[in-house]
Amino acid sequence: MILPAAKAAGLFFFAVVVQVTIVESIGILGGSPDLVLVAIVAVALAQGSIFGAFAGFWAGLLLDVARLGTLGFTSLLLTLAGFWIGRYGETTGRDRAHAPLLSVAVVTVLYAVGSVVMHFLLQEPSSARVALVHSLPATVALNLLLAFPVFALVRRLFSPAAPHTEVEFVG
Amino acid sequence: MRVAALGSPVRRTVAPSYSSRTTGPLRRRIVVGLLVLLSLALITGYFRESSNGGLHGFQSAGASAMRPFEVGASRVARPFRDAYGWASGLFHAKAENDRLRKEVDRYRQEAIRNSTAATENIKLARLLKYRRGLTYPVDFSKNSVAATVLQDPANDFEQAIVISAGSSKGIRVHDAVVTNRGLVGEVTKVTHDEAQVTLLTDKESAVTARDHQTNAIGIVRHSQGAEDLLFLDRVFKNKVVNKNDLVVTAGRQQGQLSPLYPRDIPIGRVTKVGQTDIDPFQDVQVEPLVDFTSLDVVLVLVPTSRAVP
Repeated sequence: MILPAAKAAGLFFFAVVVQVTIVESIGILGGSPDLVLVAIVAVALAQGSIFGAFAGFWAGLLLDVARLGTLGFTSLLLTLAGFWIGRYGETTGRDRAHAPLLSVAVVTVLYAVGSVVMHFLLQEPSSARVALVHSLPATVALNLLLAFPVFALVRRLFSPAAPHTEVEFVG
Repeated sequence: MRVAALGSPVRRTVAPSYSSRTTGPLRRRIVVGLLVLLSLALITGYFRESSNGGLHGFQSAGASAMRPFEVGASRVARPFRDAYGWASGLFHAKAENDRLRKEVDRYRQEAIRNSTAATENIKLARLLKYRRGLTYPVDFSKNSVAATVLQDPANDFEQAIVISAGSSKGIRVHDAVVTNRGLVGEVTKVTHDEAQVTLLTDKESAVTARDHQTNAIGIVRHSQGAEDLLFLDRVFKNKVVNKNDLVVTAGRQQGQLSPLYPRDIPIGRVTKVGQTDIDPFQDVQVEPLVDFTSLDVVLVLVPTSRAVP
């Protein structure tokens, strides 16, 4: 348990740094990819709901710290995202080939909606039209593109060790 | 067996022991509930505390700790970011260029329109001042019609302009047309929304006029030459006309000529006076006050009885 947790902590630290310094400055057709969100989806699908929830909380905390945003804001959204995607991977999405892409697309939309709702609840300035109409389609497309390398990296990081085989001679 | 991993060919031989697939629903809910509660507590605490509070301090320390990594990542990414910015800028340059060209065209047209409107405004203000002034003919409506010039004279032989007001504004044939400087001509043709004005410089034009200083009566006609000069014709030799005298409309009938011009509208200034032995009349040359080559806005004098409210 400790090793995957350490890997996830390092992965998300790296992802957050890359997200806030590089990825967020990439704007294509009004949207920008969300590396951290895609990574959480990948980790949650691979490791399950509890792991996904912890990963979401940690990544959200790092993002809030790095962006000097409201502490807990992104943590809350990413915790729920990690948990739900983890549950999806454990149940309906298990062994489905389309589960990763479907998860990324759905979570991107829900994350955007949740973010707008949270901003509204906290009475912070936010444009729902920009977030949900102008930038969302491009963000979904970019996240889907980003999913391929991120899922490959996560699969490599969290692949289970080769099963220990024992040969028993009988007879 | 397939697993939920993008592009993964297969294989899930051993499920990790830490996976929540093996955990009970109660534990899952407790963990997630705690994390959500913790997030809400962070939000609440962050909002309630001052900027010197513990959470702000934690955030500040965390951001400081992350700063070197961010700076490093930023330096590593700078060449790529510059390349992306360059490519992106190149990609958008043409569209931006087209957009800016259209914008420049639009602003240029707007500037021309504004300039034209400003010029027109000045001319209309002069007309208004004239209409409110003491020299405005009292027997004509104060609601006389201001109109812009739609067409200039077609050639030297046909000295007529078309203005943007017609019978719908109460204009009729023979109405006098003026500017603030003086008499322009008379209306010779009227449609519903336009009217033709024959200028004083037309060879067929003639108007009864008088020397404002000496009251010598005559008829102002065009000089028949290429220049925009007028003559005060039919002034007997016994009448006195001096150079620089002002010639104004007489406002009364002279033979077959139209009496419709109101009295005392300025026409021009005497520039030359002469006489010959064989001609019973003086040779009086008049320079018109109105510049007939740059008429933009004119005023049609509509009699009070015919004014359209």
